[in-house]
Amino acid sequence: MTRDPIGIALSMMNRLAANPLLDRLGLRTTTERTAYHGTRIGFRTLALAGQEFNRVANWLPKKRLPGRPASELFDLTLDEDQQMIVDSLHRLSRDTLRPGAAEADEAGAMPAAVFEATAALGLTLYAVPTEFGGVAEAQSPVTSVLIAEQLGWGDMGLAIALLAPFSVAQAITRWGTGEQQSRYLPAFCEAEPPVATIAVDEPQALFDPLELTTRADITPSGYRLNGQKNAVILGAASDILLVAASLHGQPRLFIVEAATTGLACQPDPTMGLRAAQPATLTLTNVDVSADALLGDDDFDYQAFLDMGALLRCGLAIGTSQAVLDYVIPFCNDRQAFGEPISHRQSVAFMISNLAIETDSMRMLTWRAASRAETGQAFHREACLAKLLCNEKAMEVGTNGVQLLGGHGFVKEHPVERWYRDLRSVATHIGGVHA
Amino acid sequence: MYLEIPKKFTPIVHQARQVAREVFRPISRKYDRAEHAYPKELDMFSSIMDGMNDGAPDGGAGAGKLARSGSGNGAAGNRNGTNMKTVLGLTELCWGDVGLALSIPRQGLGNSAIAAVANEEQLARLGNTWAAMAITEPGTGSDTAAIRTTATEDGDHYVINGEKIYVTAGERANAVVVWASLDRNKGRAAIKSFVVEKGTPGMTVERLEKKLGIRASDTAAIRFENCRVPKDNLLGDPEVSVDKGFAGAMQTFDNTRPVVAGMAIGVARAALERTREIIEQTGVDLGYHTQTWTQPAVSRELQLLEAELEAARLLTLRAAWMADNGQPNSREASMAKAKAGRVGNTVTLRCVELCGSLGYGETELLEKWARDSKILDIFEGTQQIQLLIIARRLLGKSSAELK
Repeated sequence: MTRDPIGIALSMMNRLAANPLLDRLGLRTTTERTAYHGTRIGFRTLALAGQEFNRVANWLPKKRLPGRPASELFDLTLDEDQQMIVDSLHRLSRDTLRPGAAEADEAGAMPAAVFEATAALGLTLYAVPTEFGGVAEAQSPVTSVLIAEQLGWGDMGLAIALLAPFSVAQAITRWGTGEQQSRYLPAFCEAEPPVATIAVDEPQALFDPLELTTRADITPSGYRLNGQKNAVILGAASDILLVAASLHGQPRLFIVEAATTGLACQPDPTMGLRAAQPATLTLTNVDVSADALLGDDDFDYQAFLDMGALLRCGLAIGTSQAVLDYVIPFCNDRQAFGEPISHRQSVAFMISNLAIETDSMRMLTWRAASRAETGQAFHREACLAKLLCNEKAMEVGTNGVQLLGGHGFVKEHPVERWYRDLRSVATHIGGVHA
Repeated sequence: MYLEIPKKFTPIVHQARQVAREVFRPISRKYDRAEHAYPKELDMFSSIMDGMNDGAPDGGAGAGKLARSGSGNGAAGNRNGTNMKTVLGLTELCWGDVGLALSIPRQGLGNSAIAAVANEEQLARLGNTWAAMAITEPGTGSDTAAIRTTATEDGDHYVINGEKIYVTAGERANAVVVWASLDRNKGRAAIKSFVVEKGTPGMTVERLEKKLGIRASDTAAIRFENCRVPKDNLLGDPEVSVDKGFAGAMQTFDNTRPVVAGMAIGVARAALERTREIIEQTGVDLGYHTQTWTQPAVSRELQLLEAELEAARLLTLRAAWMADNGQPNSREASMAKAKAGRVGNTVTLRCVELCGSLGYGETELLEKWARDSKILDIFEGTQQIQLLIIARRLLGKSSAELK
């Protein structure tokens, strides 16, 4: 649009308003707080900054976790392990994630207390096979989804930050070569596991993860990566990044260590998920060795995306459940016209629908995960679950705010944060892997 | 955790699908046009179905078998029983034709009511009767507690007076289960159900309704004028108890709602499958992709409908599974019914739209399915009644608080 005189005047006023002289002369009545990006708050002391992962001389053969046998019967009960994990993560979410969520959102960082409490859980251990020091004995996308649900109930931003390293460990376990597994997986079982993330999304409308603009070209020693990734969870804090790039027109993943030359990371705050410190990653002639290409013949990029969809659905369900659990007591307490607003059908029916759609997302996601776990085809089921979550998670988010009215719009209540976080369900692909 | 249909139900699903395809579909349009004509084809088929049920080692399936499982038979562990089996069977039959499925002899909702509240003697005497259900009255629909039909004690009989409408299979069935009040001053606790056998003096079928859909099923208006029924035909406990009287009668719905949800899923799946076939012929890619916004609009819409339908189906299986395992499922049964009722309607209507004037015409069954599906969001509790039940459970409200 061309500028007309009014536009020019407004633009000048805008620049004047930003002039630091105004501050120096004390001309402002209030001082706006500067936003800051606490990229490494919480991680700084713990992260193995710049750590290099050395090639292992005697690497173990590639390990693939077995699936589980299909049950004879339809069954919605959790097994003992799953129930234990759900219970303990629910307590963690209630006692630590939820109370720390507002501060983390504001600071754009993970509070150290949250990091410490969750580090004690050893989440990444559940992703790593026993051979490499973890506790995983079988593929367990159902358990991964249940974990995401519980953490997402606490706070989606913190949850996705906690799940990014877990997801990288899952992906290396699921797809990595023996050499890659031997090199990286043991580190995820140490007391201070590496920070890691998966970078798939690119700053482009209608982004299709099958049509990547980030490229990998073959060099004599390996691959050279060029391109840009955004919405990268913990982008600046990560020691290991799984970067999706197109190789010979086929999407693949590359293991890139943070210290690699040509990697530049810019904080890139988003509408929500602020605790997860989203960043834009620019790759300029990033040279990686030949063994940085994740997996070999059995790598399946679509299945990798589908596993990501499952975990994101888990987060969506958890946060939607948080909305439902919050609006029920609120609407029972809130009085209008001489009675609780929950006595009105217009309010009560919205709550019924929140419950119906949250359980709809849950059933679809559980089914897709249970098919994945028992070695059955699950692409269709994962796509349907994700599509439903794309639609319904935001519906839950916006109705959650609506039910609180003006109270929903202010930060005194968490529903405005859930609203912002739930928008990401349909927009993001990277960061997660069940 | 496992959310697939168990293998042991493969035979019954297969049989029901064969019936739907080979018996129902070929006569589907015929009885849609010939409303009120009795579908003779069903007689032979129903005796086959009786045979299947009687021979089934685990008690069979069907309207008359609901609710007897899940009443705590003490067996430990996970069960997939008759509630789930009945849902699966009806889903398949309604993939064939909802109206015809509702007209299968001895599979009426009255049979479910008998199964739910009858005592042993009544079950033995009435278990094999084809029973319709008469609740609604000209002035009372969802507000079942306000029914005006009365049953007055007179010697060893009850005398029933009143008018009932929307009685599915009301003319064809051998008996009607009638809801009537023993004492209109005592509110809902005094409402009891009575089995009135066909031909009882004082019971008159006044007319059959002409309807939007499910035309193969007869919907009767029945008048009761000093209609005398033996005292033994009062189902359950004759005591007017404020605590449990009405709740007992309402419990039937916890088991029948998932079945009606299954019916909606069946007809919606029929529409969706046919629409996919038709759209595929146009060459549009109907594959499942991570990025859905660059797909043709019709592909994304079909997948969203499919996702909604799958959600409804799984919510329904959950409710049936809970009943099979003796878990209270009132909330989940209503969630299944609410979701499946509205999704079934949305899917069938959208399928007509996606197929355009082809979908609207009578050469296809799509327009019929779109008419048939509407009733499934109304009977056995409307969408709004389901939302009310769910909300009361979630919010911990009584019917006096959340009206």
